[in-house]
Amino acid sequence: MDGSLGLIARMPVLQVDWGTLVSVNLPTLLFVVVGVPLALVGYIVGADVLVRQLPKRSQPSVRPWVWVGPAIIFVGVILVYPMVGTIVRSLFDRHGSTFVGLGNFTRLLTDGGILIVLRNNLLWLILYPGLVLLFGLLLAVLADRVRYEKTVKTLIFMPLAISFVAMAIIWQFVYYYKDPSEPQTGIVNAVLVNIFHGQPITWIQDTRFNNFALILIGVWGATGFAMVILSAALKGIPAELLEAARVDGANEITIFRRVILPLMMPTIVVVGTTMVIFALKAFDVVYVMTAGNYNTDILARRMYDELYSAGNNANASTLAVILLLAVVPVLIFNLRQFRAVEERR
Amino acid sequence: MSVATAAPPTTPPVRSAAEKARWSQRISARVSSAGLNVAVVALTLAWIVPTLGLLINSFRQGGAFNTSGWWTALAPPYAFTLDSYRAVLGASDLAPSFFNSFMITIPATLIPTAIAAFAAYAFAWMKFWGRNWIFLALVGLLAVPLQLTFIPLLTLAVKLGLNSGNTLPGGLNAGFLAIWIAHTGYGLPFAIYLLANFFRVLPTDLFESAEIDGAGPVTVFFRLVLPLSVPALASLVIFQFLWVWNDLLVALIYVGGTPEVAPLTVTLTNLVGSLGQHREYLTAAAFVSMVVPLIVFFSLQRYFVRGILAGSVKG
Repeated sequence: MDGSLGLIARMPVLQVDWGTLVSVNLPTLLFVVVGVPLALVGYIVGADVLVRQLPKRSQPSVRPWVWVGPAIIFVGVILVYPMVGTIVRSLFDRHGSTFVGLGNFTRLLTDGGILIVLRNNLLWLILYPGLVLLFGLLLAVLADRVRYEKTVKTLIFMPLAISFVAMAIIWQFVYYYKDPSEPQTGIVNAVLVNIFHGQPITWIQDTRFNNFALILIGVWGATGFAMVILSAALKGIPAELLEAARVDGANEITIFRRVILPLMMPTIVVVGTTMVIFALKAFDVVYVMTAGNYNTDILARRMYDELYSAGNNANASTLAVILLLAVVPVLIFNLRQFRAVEERR
Repeated sequence: MSVATAAPPTTPPVRSAAEKARWSQRISARVSSAGLNVAVVALTLAWIVPTLGLLINSFRQGGAFNTSGWWTALAPPYAFTLDSYRAVLGASDLAPSFFNSFMITIPATLIPTAIAAFAAYAFAWMKFWGRNWIFLALVGLLAVPLQLTFIPLLTLAVKLGLNSGNTLPGGLNAGFLAIWIAHTGYGLPFAIYLLANFFRVLPTDLFESAEIDGAGPVTVFFRLVLPLSVPALASLVIFQFLWVWNDLLVALIYVGGTPEVAPLTVTLTNLVGSLGQHREYLTAAAFVSMVVPLIVFFSLQRYFVRGILAGSVKG
């Protein structure tokens, strides 16, 4: 439980005020649960009544903005405005007063520590989408042929319902290390010692293995997502097509390679790009397992550190922009895919 | 009369090619059926072992998990107990954060779902200037790392008085409002993408006949579009609910460690540290935090696969 201790120490101890909870918070919750939907429905109904007051001719040109308006405002304020702000901040010094151009970038990228961070991000970028796709595809294809498919899919999907904090607790037990003189309580080391007669390994601290151990946690969590979508695509392949291939004497592996795989490719691309984006944005696993110690730091976590521990806005913004630059190719690829689909409609 | 068919059965290697293929196919079918089941069961077991281990540890007596592996508890004599759950549920700071999690998650699921449905309806069924470009930009924003937005947004939130210390009229902690708005913005691109793809494939004639009957867009939206899109809406609600309920990062950023606003994930992270000498409680605490998402997941999962199908597979 080592890594997490560091981050906990920074937090205040929670104190509960039961009086406020019952007398103020509970009514607020009820008010919110009823009030929020009412406000949302009220907005669209009310706005439409107002649009109807306009001359008949201008109604069709005003109405769409009533419907997309809220979304554009939210996305503008929450995503676009800060994105621009962060890019601007990355060009200034840490007090935000002096323009330094690309100075932050050259300083950060020549810092020795950043190389390990970038290497780790690269590891995540390659292994995480690769393994998620591999296991997701394997499970989707194999589970398709057994009678207990639904049970299998539910169990594989379950980690998605588990928060990263709970996930960290689960995996700290899995990777737990005990001195060789004592019985191992973590299942990985227990198998290693009792079945393979090896020495127990400190999976979280040992810099030879820890990045892989962390990525595996991420893979465990995301495979269910990939599997569900891939399995849906698999079910969309017409059964006659597979039957025809079988009649022609093709074996299952050939059918998979020549028929199933090409037909599933668009979906594989969608899941793959989503996973690449997730890999770049990965934060939680490293944050809760090691807090970036033992050479496991990644960009998003390092950025959090710069922002809150070091209070260095310039460095944090610069790291964020590096992340954005890494995402740009994926973004362009996504837009191309999307437009290709639009043109086919 | 070919030589091959006339050949006596004492020379099996000369079997016809077709026969050979059939024979090897039958064997491989048998082998692969067994292999298939073994592979599926093994993978599934590998996937649930981590969670299973925690579940068993959470029912073991204090300290037992530290001296022997959870699998040893599966052999008699059985010594299971609810002590850890009693301790965790009795811990004073868990109940309020349960409340806070609901307080954050319910509006942060409802608001983006509704706003995305409004927008997706317009994108799918209305004509307006720049429609495709705005939609493309929204989809592109899917890829923006959230981390990029934190610094300017925090500055803005503090400027507007939306930090967790302030109380809004009506007794609502301003931190809640900040986190609802944030989650709404973060969730919208995916939500609009998913719903627009679904709305677009609804049958056109339905809309035309409704219009002829004199139904306005609001009526069409509430009476036709929403009821027909239950699968997509359900899957979106699951995703958004799971994402907000399980979120730690956004909660840490916008409400920090403020106890009045801290959701379950933040409190649980605190427990990981403060229960240092009572680590057995952590196991129970982790399961307590999973209960609500699992209930939501199991009760809505039958809509799930059909909903997510909408955009990705057709494309």
